[in-house]
Amino acid sequence: MDNSFDVIIIGAGVIGCAVARELSRYDCSCLVLEKDEDVCCGTSKANSGIVHAGYDAKPGTLKAKMNIRGNEMMTSLCEELDIPFKRIGSLVVCTDEANRDGIDDLYARGITNEVPDMKILSADEVREIEPNISDDVVCALYAPTAGVICPFRLNIALAECAEQNGVEFKFDSAVADIRRSGGKWIVVTAEDTYECSAVINAAGCHSDELHNLVSDRKLHITARRGDYMLLDRSLDGFVNHIIFPQPTAMGKGILVTPTVHGNTIVGPTAIDTGNKDEAPVTAEGLAKVSEGATRNVKGLPLKQVITGFSGLRAHEDGGEFILNEADGCDGFFDCVGIESPGLTACPAIGEYMANMVSGKLGLKLKETWNGICKDVVKPFELSAEERAELIKEQPEYGRIICRCETITEGEIIDSIRRPLGARSLDGVKRRTRVGMGRCQGGFCSPRVMDILSRELGVPLDSITKNGGDSKILIGRTKDEG
Amino acid sequence: MKADIVIIGGGPAGLAAAVAAAKEDCSLDILILERDSELGGILNQCIHNGFGLHTFNEELTGPEYAARFEAQLDGLGIRYMLDTMVLDVASSSVTAVNSTEGVFTVDCSAVVLCMGCRERPRGALNIPGLRPAGVFTAGTAQRLVNIEGYMPGKEVVILGSGDIGLIMARRMTLEGAKVKAVCELMPYSGGLKRNIVQCLDDFDIPLLLSHTVVDIKGKERLTSVVIAEVDERSKPISGTEQEIACDTLLLSCGLIPENELSRSCGVKINPATNGPVVNESFETSIPGVFACGNVLHVHDLVDYVSEESGRAGRSAARYVKAKASSEGPVIAIRNGNGVRYTVPSFVRVNGLEDDLVIRFRAGNVYRDSYINVLMDGETKLHRRKPVITPGEMEQVILKKEDLASPPSEILIEITEI
Repeated sequence: MDNSFDVIIIGAGVIGCAVARELSRYDCSCLVLEKDEDVCCGTSKANSGIVHAGYDAKPGTLKAKMNIRGNEMMTSLCEELDIPFKRIGSLVVCTDEANRDGIDDLYARGITNEVPDMKILSADEVREIEPNISDDVVCALYAPTAGVICPFRLNIALAECAEQNGVEFKFDSAVADIRRSGGKWIVVTAEDTYECSAVINAAGCHSDELHNLVSDRKLHITARRGDYMLLDRSLDGFVNHIIFPQPTAMGKGILVTPTVHGNTIVGPTAIDTGNKDEAPVTAEGLAKVSEGATRNVKGLPLKQVITGFSGLRAHEDGGEFILNEADGCDGFFDCVGIESPGLTACPAIGEYMANMVSGKLGLKLKETWNGICKDVVKPFELSAEERAELIKEQPEYGRIICRCETITEGEIIDSIRRPLGARSLDGVKRRTRVGMGRCQGGFCSPRVMDILSRELGVPLDSITKNGGDSKILIGRTKDEG
Repeated sequence: MKADIVIIGGGPAGLAAAVAAAKEDCSLDILILERDSELGGILNQCIHNGFGLHTFNEELTGPEYAARFEAQLDGLGIRYMLDTMVLDVASSSVTAVNSTEGVFTVDCSAVVLCMGCRERPRGALNIPGLRPAGVFTAGTAQRLVNIEGYMPGKEVVILGSGDIGLIMARRMTLEGAKVKAVCELMPYSGGLKRNIVQCLDDFDIPLLLSHTVVDIKGKERLTSVVIAEVDERSKPISGTEQEIACDTLLLSCGLIPENELSRSCGVKINPATNGPVVNESFETSIPGVFACGNVLHVHDLVDYVSEESGRAGRSAARYVKAKASSEGPVIAIRNGNGVRYTVPSFVRVNGLEDDLVIRFRAGNVYRDSYINVLMDGETKLHRRKPVITPGEMEQVILKKEDLASPPSEILIEITEI
């Protein structure tokens, strides 16, 4: 492998992959280095899956601009990349007469940010569209442009599209050092040394550490943990919109929303933690989630939880997205402090950073570029005729492996064989939804392991949950002793 | 496609229902739809013995027990389709998918729901901590060990003392793993006494009652769990935490009947069992839709599954031939003191076979107590039992003639001396 690139992007989360896709429009060589075994392994995999309307961010900030632009771009992006996305609208609910002003302020901020079609709804109007809303509801800010998205497909599709346009990806490649040498950046991982003209730092919670390797103007990120509970799909329709409490300094608060796949998600907490690599769910966190959720939505059956998880947001001390060339570091570009609304903003950040980098390097647009990328074929989203035809040609699309989510062997095989395909149980899960249902993989995980083993041509006991040392099995029963 | 009776699931319930229906009426066209690649259901991975003591008067392994039923299918002309997942159930049709037929519908006169149950996963238990590899439900681990032939780990903690967890404590030990503890949230075990003796006591595996797991550690693979004692309200008691190094946590914290299909077709569900409400014929709230086995209520013994499923299968056969009558007197069965639920929930006298078996579970542990059966307030049965626990299903058997002049209600209760 030639280790010289025009651009190296560090981090294959939504931001790194969005920048990679935008840069793939240009005639340049580009490599994405990812410390984990797959794309979508950090903040991008554990969040609310919300496309925000854009009334939260302070007017004039990059957070506000990128949110609005990202929201605008999302419809066409999701069509191009086959990403599940529904604009179901959001409600910021006021449950205390004394805080009504807060809703007016948020509305005014939204107007300044140019959020379209917002309305302040009366208590009765809220009840009409959300029958299970708290009896204490006073009013709510309604923003129809907010939506729910599949964060996994968003991240994976951005990467797949970048890959089909020539971007290279290298996994299990944590960056150990970055230095300047001979007018180039030298990027060092445990196994390789690379050189490039421009570095894009999209390393999430670790982006401050990379920045601080090269720049004297230091940045500092706190990992802010968010706990969530995911509820069974049988509650579909219990809430119809993204329901937020009124925001505080720590964030937008604990929301309740249907996911794009029809589960109900509740969370997140906002707990600052010293650990950037581990996000344990805590009993206190789950208690806060339960309490927060039931404050705005009455009778929410939290007993129908199918899983709890937590994610880390990269909160920079300044509270703003940092999207620029680092001070005194020619060609080192930061995407630092990308917390909420980072998922919404990712296409806009991709566009913004690609403009900046292409200008700097004088890159030219390619003559041909393919921005379309189809998801794994899902037989149960096809018409009856199309599905019959598919199963006739490829019988594995008639064999159900994941009973809870009705996922076939054909989909699992596709998720493994496609470019940047899955190599672990979690990789298959994020690409197909296998094991995301109510039994949480109890039935299907041994079967998915069999398929992974067969497709990858590796022994069953080398299959991992999510790479590294996360092997599911320790060996054959009769090998030892 | 057409069949007289479609049986959803080819595990112990489905097999017994099919065989009994065919024996009741050999002219019926019976079709079993099984989602796995072989019949037998969970019995295939239950390679331990102890099955069949009631049904066959001998101790069989799970696969042997299933084979006794499977061997009868061909002779009785019972059809089955494997790798076939049912997508939708209505009272007179079943829609399914497989790789040869694609999505297809079977028109039928009766349906028997035999989908079994699933294990409660970690996510539904709200156990705090990280999410490393090495956390399995006991049944998943059982499949990995007994079917795939692989070890999930070598130092094991088990949460929950359900029967599969107890069986797996012994299995993992026999395969060379060290089972360090079985923690049970409740002050009593959820499993059978015989399994506690044979699977834990015989191997010196400690059973820690009123204990739970309060933290799971390890970023990639499990490295330890923290356990703690709990108070009467099942809340962990601060200061009682102890960390146990292990690479495997097995969960045996309850089984949930798989009633998603039943719910979507509108069958009434009993919140105490999470299974359909059924009458003496194991017929659900939808005429012609029957339910039996663990989809109805979770059993301890497969022998009882077979016995109930036989009744369900015969009832379905009689329904198809319109021999069953829903006319006539109805007896309600009420849960008295200490009784969490009964199966059936009510009895139509005209649907009775020679006897009526009422199975139920207690809500707590009772020592030196009586099981009483009262008909319209009058005690008809008063039976002493040294121990009654939620982990062991109880039953009372009434003869048809006991109900000759039918009461309006039967009450089952537990009274302490």
